[in-house]
Amino acid sequence: MINLIQALGDSTLSRLSTLGRACLLLINLLTAIGSVLYRFRLLVAQLYSVGVLTFLIVVVSGFFIGMVLGLQGYTTLSDFGAESALGQMVGTSLVRELGPVMAALLFAGRAGSALTAEIGLMKATEQLSGMEMMAVDPIKRIIAPRFWAGFISMPVLALLLSAAGILGGYLVGVEMLGVDNGIFWSRMQSTIDFKADLMNGVIKSIVFGFVVTWIAVFEGYDAIPTSEGVGRATTRTVVYSAFAILGMDFVLTALMFGDL
Amino acid sequence: MPKPTSKSSNIIVSVTDLSFSRGHRQIFNGVNIDIRRGKITAIMGPSGTGKTTLLKLIGGQLHPQAGKVSVDGSIVNQLNRSQLFTLRKRMGMLFQSGALLTDLSVYENVAFPMREHTKLPESMIHSLVLMKLDAVGLRGAHKLMPSQLSGGMARRVALARAIALDPQIMMYDEPFAGQDPLSMGVLLKLIHVLNNALNLTSIVVTHDIHEAFTIADHVYLISEGKVIEHGSPKQIQTSESKWVQQFVNGNYDGPVPFHYPAADYQQELFGIVASKSIQS
Repeated sequence: MINLIQALGDSTLSRLSTLGRACLLLINLLTAIGSVLYRFRLLVAQLYSVGVLTFLIVVVSGFFIGMVLGLQGYTTLSDFGAESALGQMVGTSLVRELGPVMAALLFAGRAGSALTAEIGLMKATEQLSGMEMMAVDPIKRIIAPRFWAGFISMPVLALLLSAAGILGGYLVGVEMLGVDNGIFWSRMQSTIDFKADLMNGVIKSIVFGFVVTWIAVFEGYDAIPTSEGVGRATTRTVVYSAFAILGMDFVLTALMFGDL
Repeated sequence: MPKPTSKSSNIIVSVTDLSFSRGHRQIFNGVNIDIRRGKITAIMGPSGTGKTTLLKLIGGQLHPQAGKVSVDGSIVNQLNRSQLFTLRKRMGMLFQSGALLTDLSVYENVAFPMREHTKLPESMIHSLVLMKLDAVGLRGAHKLMPSQLSGGMARRVALARAIALDPQIMMYDEPFAGQDPLSMGVLLKLIHVLNNALNLTSIVVTHDIHEAFTIADHVYLISEGKVIEHGSPKQIQTSESKWVQQFVNGNYDGPVPFHYPAADYQQELFGIVASKSIQS
């Protein structure tokens, strides 16, 4: 029994200290914005590897998600003779929910895991230590540009996913299943509100981008510098990010759209 | 064991009553080391005695629990981050793995500290990088990526990078580990030549006896958290300490036992058999 309590205390303490380290890193990352802007080329390079290289998977996935939405939405709506609302359904669900959430999940899988592995391996091969000994702060030089690049890329990727999804929904709904072209677009235009729908979706994706990139860079920076440690850290990035995204999505949705 | 003499301007790095532990494991317990200016000092000891940890303590990457580490008059463990970074610009460190930045070419790796810490024009950086690379014999390899280098070459590039800002102190972490005889010879010569040509102070952490004794002016032997012996290579070789003799001659058994501490052999072998036969 005492052992159990001891183990519980031990694990609580270690989790708290991990959280503390993560918060300290975050403070350092937030205050490093000046040096990130000063070394703008590093930020651009990371925007490419974190953002641009994730573009393809996000857009292709978005397209398929939209096609499925179009297909399923049509099947259900046509039962009630309401297939004219297909545009509204596809647009709303993508802009409000699926765009930010799916883009963040894909981002965690593609870019987040790569960030963790890269930073973790740099730690394992003493590159971060070496940089410190050269009087260069690895947080400013390596971690911060990656963090800010993820933060900037995420909302753009989420919007692109929504756009590709809407095109996918259009292709299936209008081109293949015969929903009227004008009604599809005009219903979408009249029902989707810029502030309530689009901006709330963007806010969600900003929050997700912040949290996922924070988790990814922290797990890499805090990884045990062995191949096993880096492997575990990469897994943790994807798992924690997925939990964080879905959990926060509920909270944000409740705050934005729900009457809880 | 003779105690190090009192501090003077001749001493550039001094470690005083240093204690350091990781978790429950005590790594150093009251260690005193003085590194003399302009000399090559070898820190030796069996694997796992914390030789690399010592370099990290000198470089301020770790903080001691007790005692102090002073480098050229500044107490490393009392400096704030920016003071520490200023001090580190005067120190170079060669990591065991080389620690080259894998996304930069050899040229860019050597140029890295210059670009970070100076505002030199590109033409001057170009000349300096080629000069540093020439000093380690790898000017011709400046376009290669770190993944295209052999282990010995990577270490030489890392050495060129470490001397990029003309440090006063060079620290080498196991420079000879895992090197073939040719690379070993090159590294030995480089450490020796650079120390004299650039007026450096070198600290070489190693367990390669022959190599260390060839270049070192002074040797410290560390084991189980303490300095066991120190002196010139000759003094160490003629030491009467049994531990030193075992370490220097590489005897398999002696004060450092061949066996990891274990329960009685017979008891463990026959105890199990006896208890099993009773159960059956």
